[in-house]
Amino acid sequence: MTFQITIDGRAVPVEPGQTIGAALHAAGVRAWRTTRFGGRPRGLFCGIGVCFDCLITVNGRPPERACLLEARPGDEVTTA
Amino acid sequence: MSPTDDRVGVPNDRIPHDRVRDDYTCDLAVVGGGPAGVAGALTAALRGLSVVLVDSGARLGGQYFRHPPGAARGGTPGLDRFLRQARALGERAEVLLGHQVWTVTRDGDRLTVHCRTPDGRTVAIRCRDLLIATGAHDRPLPFPGWDLPGVLTAGGAQALLKGNGVVAGGRVVVAGTGPFLLPVATGLAGAGAEVLGVFEANGGLGLARHPVLAAGKAGEAAGYGLAMARHRVPYRTHQAVIAAHGERELEAVTVARLDADWNVLATRELACDTLAVGYGFVPQIELGVELGCETRQDADGMPVLAVDDRQRTTARGVWAAGEPVGVGGRYLAELEGRIAGLAVAGVPVPGVLARRRRRLRAFGEALHHAYPVKPGWQGWLRDDTLVCRCEEVPVARVRAALELGATDARSVKLLARPGMGWCQGRICGYAVACLAGESPRPPRRPIAQPISLGALAELDLDFDTP
Repeated sequence: MTFQITIDGRAVPVEPGQTIGAALHAAGVRAWRTTRFGGRPRGLFCGIGVCFDCLITVNGRPPERACLLEARPGDEVTTA
Repeated sequence: MSPTDDRVGVPNDRIPHDRVRDDYTCDLAVVGGGPAGVAGALTAALRGLSVVLVDSGARLGGQYFRHPPGAARGGTPGLDRFLRQARALGERAEVLLGHQVWTVTRDGDRLTVHCRTPDGRTVAIRCRDLLIATGAHDRPLPFPGWDLPGVLTAGGAQALLKGNGVVAGGRVVVAGTGPFLLPVATGLAGAGAEVLGVFEANGGLGLARHPVLAAGKAGEAAGYGLAMARHRVPYRTHQAVIAAHGERELEAVTVARLDADWNVLATRELACDTLAVGYGFVPQIELGVELGCETRQDADGMPVLAVDDRQRTTARGVWAAGEPVGVGGRYLAELEGRIAGLAVAGVPVPGVLARRRRRLRAFGEALHHAYPVKPGWQGWLRDDTLVCRCEEVPVARVRAALELGATDARSVKLLARPGMGWCQGRICGYAVACLAGESPRPPRRPIAQPISLGALAELDLDFDTP
């Protein structure tokens, strides 16, 4: 059954088993953080946990790789 | 923050409670749950060894057999067979998913694999033998705009599709070099994306004489050819994406016609929302390097673990199979896993397996020779092109380090910081080595995955301090 997570309060649909990164990318959200120096937008790049570009804050926890973190109903993603 | 929300990578409820414990002792520990690891673990378990397999993913499969949860959907050739092996393994061995291995330590004859669990604990697996089956990841090359959202590695686009059922974009360009671009392009087209073209930087032969054909894999090659034709996907050789453009996301790419050394002959722009790009693969060998395994340089220039004809590395009790001993694809990976499983169990390796392994290895090397990375890509760079995405190091700073006297990738790293960020140089390491004029060296990563200082302190390690 499809469920929802939110990014900065906006609802995003998720299929069971999808990662947070995949669900956001599918919903057209392709960037969710900016880099420390250049302020450049970043989202998925390697997609398999290697590059760390997709670091994301979920439910206030320390940043995790969005491409590895499986989404759960009600997860709240916040961008800085 | 919910107090019950304690997952790291995988929901905690995927692991049955009776299997949650902190330490394991076994004959063989296997790192990596792709075709090589599962075949190796199952083969050894069937010979009576106690086996623990650990993988960082939520499900077994590695990259090639990545699949969504529940009933496997078709698409990936060989997936049904792999899933039968995985089920058989689950009945005979401990399978620890969502566990990230951050180091392996040695105490005499015993090895200990240290993992970080889904809920942030550390788990130790004590074993006599270790099989490294950690696979490989994409080998990207930097180019202007490659850090724009919408630019993905080819493997990343494939992982979105295979593991999540997500089509990476609407108007997609596939570029790079090597046979892997074909399944990526046909997979995306078959799932509904408009694939505007596959731009293969090498190859003057075109699809009709693709090396996959020469290897007697006519069926596989014809399948890709038919799928490309059915979806009207152009396959252009001696062409590459040399720049990506957009404000906040990818909006267009520059496609160039190349000479044999990848110097630009002519360019045109192509509007698109997604680019899947890859220039070969980087075998993941750091666990072996830290254990003192000797390495060799593969035909694609990458350092790989040196093994004998039974998959034994030069470090006692350490075995390796699949891409960490040289990129060769899933048939070879599974075969080498089986050979390693037999050898660890003390069973002679049948000659037919050894011969098949030599044939597939030769095919892998032939592909490396057919799809090399040529030096002209360095001419695609601008001064402000990022080389290291983590530390945001542009080409100009790398070149300044070289002008200051840096003579190798390590001194470039110390002067300009490429490779000092989160990914530990996994993404930019190859490019930095090329820019420094040397072959990539075996990576040194004593801590292979990020862990908390608390987890590090829990580990009872004897460091020799002066």
